[in-house]
Amino acid sequence: MKMSGAQMVCEAIIAEGVKTVFGYPGGAIMNVYDEIYKQNAFKHILTRHEQAAVHAADGYARATGEVGVAMVTSGPGFTNAVTGLATAYMDSVPLVVISGQVPLSLIGTDGFQEVDAVGISRPCTKHNYLVRSIEDLPRILKEAFYIARSGRPGPVLVDIPKDITGEMGEFIYPDHVNLPTYKPRYKGNDRQIKKAVEAIVKAKKPLLYIGGGTVLSNAYQEVREFAELTQIPTVETLMARGVMGAKNPLLVGMLGMHGSYAANMAMSETDLIISLGARFDDRVTGKLSEFARYADIIHVDIDPANIGKLVDVDYPIVGDVKTVVNKMLEMIREKVDPDRYQVWRDILARYDELHPLSYTDSDEVIKPQWVVERVGELVGSDAIITSDVGQHQMWTAQFYPFDRPRQWINSGGLGTMGYGFPAAIGAKVGVPEKTVINFTGDGSILMNVQELVTAAEYGVPVINIILNNHFLGMVRQWQTFFYDKRYSETDLSYQPDWKKLAEACGGAGYDVTTKAEFDEALRSAMEGGKVTFINVAVDRFENVLPMVPAGGALYNMLLEHKDQ
Amino acid sequence: MDKVRRVISVVVANEAQVLARVSGLFAGRGYNIDSLTVAPIPDTDLSHMTIVTYGNRRVIEQIVKQLHKLIPTFKVIEHTEMVEKEMVLVKFPIEAPLADVRALCEAYNGGIVNAGTEMFIAMAADESARIEHFVDAIKRYHPLEVVRSGVVAMER
Ligand SMILES: Cc1ncc(C[n+]2csc(CCOP(=O)(O)OP(=O)(O)O)c2C)c(N)n1
Repeated sequence: MKMSGAQMVCEAIIAEGVKTVFGYPGGAIMNVYDEIYKQNAFKHILTRHEQAAVHAADGYARATGEVGVAMVTSGPGFTNAVTGLATAYMDSVPLVVISGQVPLSLIGTDGFQEVDAVGISRPCTKHNYLVRSIEDLPRILKEAFYIARSGRPGPVLVDIPKDITGEMGEFIYPDHVNLPTYKPRYKGNDRQIKKAVEAIVKAKKPLLYIGGGTVLSNAYQEVREFAELTQIPTVETLMARGVMGAKNPLLVGMLGMHGSYAANMAMSETDLIISLGARFDDRVTGKLSEFARYADIIHVDIDPANIGKLVDVDYPIVGDVKTVVNKMLEMIREKVDPDRYQVWRDILARYDELHPLSYTDSDEVIKPQWVVERVGELVGSDAIITSDVGQHQMWTAQFYPFDRPRQWINSGGLGTMGYGFPAAIGAKVGVPEKTVINFTGDGSILMNVQELVTAAEYGVPVINIILNNHFLGMVRQWQTFFYDKRYSETDLSYQPDWKKLAEACGGAGYDVTTKAEFDEALRSAMEGGKVTFINVAVDRFENVLPMVPAGGALYNMLLEHKDQ
Repeated sequence: MDKVRRVISVVVANEAQVLARVSGLFAGRGYNIDSLTVAPIPDTDLSHMTIVTYGNRRVIEQIVKQLHKLIPTFKVIEHTEMVEKEMVLVKFPIEAPLADVRALCEAYNGGIVNAGTEMFIAMAADESARIEHFVDAIKRYHPLEVVRSGVVAMER
């Protein structure tokens, strides 16, 4: 059928089953917006900044497990979207971002609102395209969705010159892609898997090290089953919170810079790491030469480049976590003796007794950790939790009782302040039946505060809990520990009136200084059905502990600080 | 870990951006490129790139894996048994001793390829290490300009 390039874009979005698109129009993408106007097969949400459009599509993708779509115009529209692309790229989130480009005849002339989008986005997309002819457009759109969601997922940019969206062409949307150069491996080599299983059976102190890849491959059930069958203790990365379930006795905790003492000691003493969809991030390993000194390593990852990147691996297995763990389950069922690791589990339990994850509560001032725990008690697994970046993010990861797939959404790889609120909007749009709560800081929230208007306009009642310490808290913490308390440019004493700000945009606001007020505010927020700011005055100088100082060994944790 | 020199061939789809993707990968991840040559493979939609790089074992392994990850990459060959050649063109003032230069070039699979009233141009084609010797050897004849092609390699 003959249609315009703009129509093709809409038809592809419909064919891919996308229900909501986030974006912001402009000259170069107007043809597409004109087609969006004419259809009602999918919804469009106008964010108030392109960065937020991409984060919202990202939150939508993480919450639903489907591909998120964002649309932006050329030049500044595109450059505003770059942080969103980089965020999604670092966390392997399947996204398709469509950007308008100046007409073909103007490309390379420094035309009005021209920028080299494919050049700029090359290092922060899984793949990208500049469409050069209308004949290529259907194929490219198909490939973009396929590449975004297959293998190790990631964002794909399709940059389309304005004349191409206006031109007519034949539209046949391909059924499948033909990319002879791109063949993700899902299966995992049987011989390697067998060897790995033999190593597990022989190990005395094996440890399951679970990363975000288990979430991406929807391998929750398999991973839990594997842990339960073998009774192997398990540590989660920041990105894997919720995989094991908060109450699972096999879960030792989160590891890494702000992980628990027991989890980091487990990693330091294990004799066999079974890494599933984790990438040995430097925030997890600490000092590399001291990392897991006694351990052999089994590394399961769909991306071969992740294997052996930082540490030497004894059993490399390239494949999808879900597929590989299923195979491992099959092979290990008769061989495993769960009692074998009893002593090891006892040791870890002892570590946890020695230095449990905890904080000193107070009656004078609200402790941020209390707020996180309280929300956990009140809404628990009924909520999707997003966060921004900073201390509040770490407290949420430490203290929220995550126990469900895709319940925890945050920017782990890039650490993008401003991510949480738009991601929460995307998550709520994708999964409207769940309560969506964004834990944020007084610094982070301002980075995409304009999205109050979006959330109010479209009736997306996400609840932002501002753990307000009047500081760029995480940076302040480092200044406290490592810069002799020289609080250079981290004091945020000057603040907006949060309640009024929320109200001015059509939302609801609460200022909270006591525990009772907090409970009351959360209850009203959940009933109120509006986008909400709950501004909680918390202890200004609370630190995230324990902590592995950057570059230090995992087993050398700061358990307390003299300031507390 | 010891640094080693490595010659890597990459067969890629012959499409826009592909050279930028490959060179951008090296730049963005801090890998070294000693030389990079690229040309279409006859009667296909593919191009052959030959990259000379150096780094320790882990870096080389990452380079190969990351090159593989690029969507247009068809094949990555980490050469072990290979024939490796590089060409060099050298311009000399016409006063330089033509016979000596020619004899030298012949020892390196080359010869005089062009001559004018003010200058003449010599060529040599050999392994990179030998090309380096050649470039050293001709210095005494005061070359005006030296242009090396970068390496092409083929697995034996
Ligand atoms: C866009 C961006 N800029 C700067 C940083 C560096 N950074 C990391 S945490 C942080 C402080 C965050 O402060 P706030 O949002 O108030 O949260 P808190 O740490 O106080 O909980 C900063 C500035 C970042 N991660 N992202």
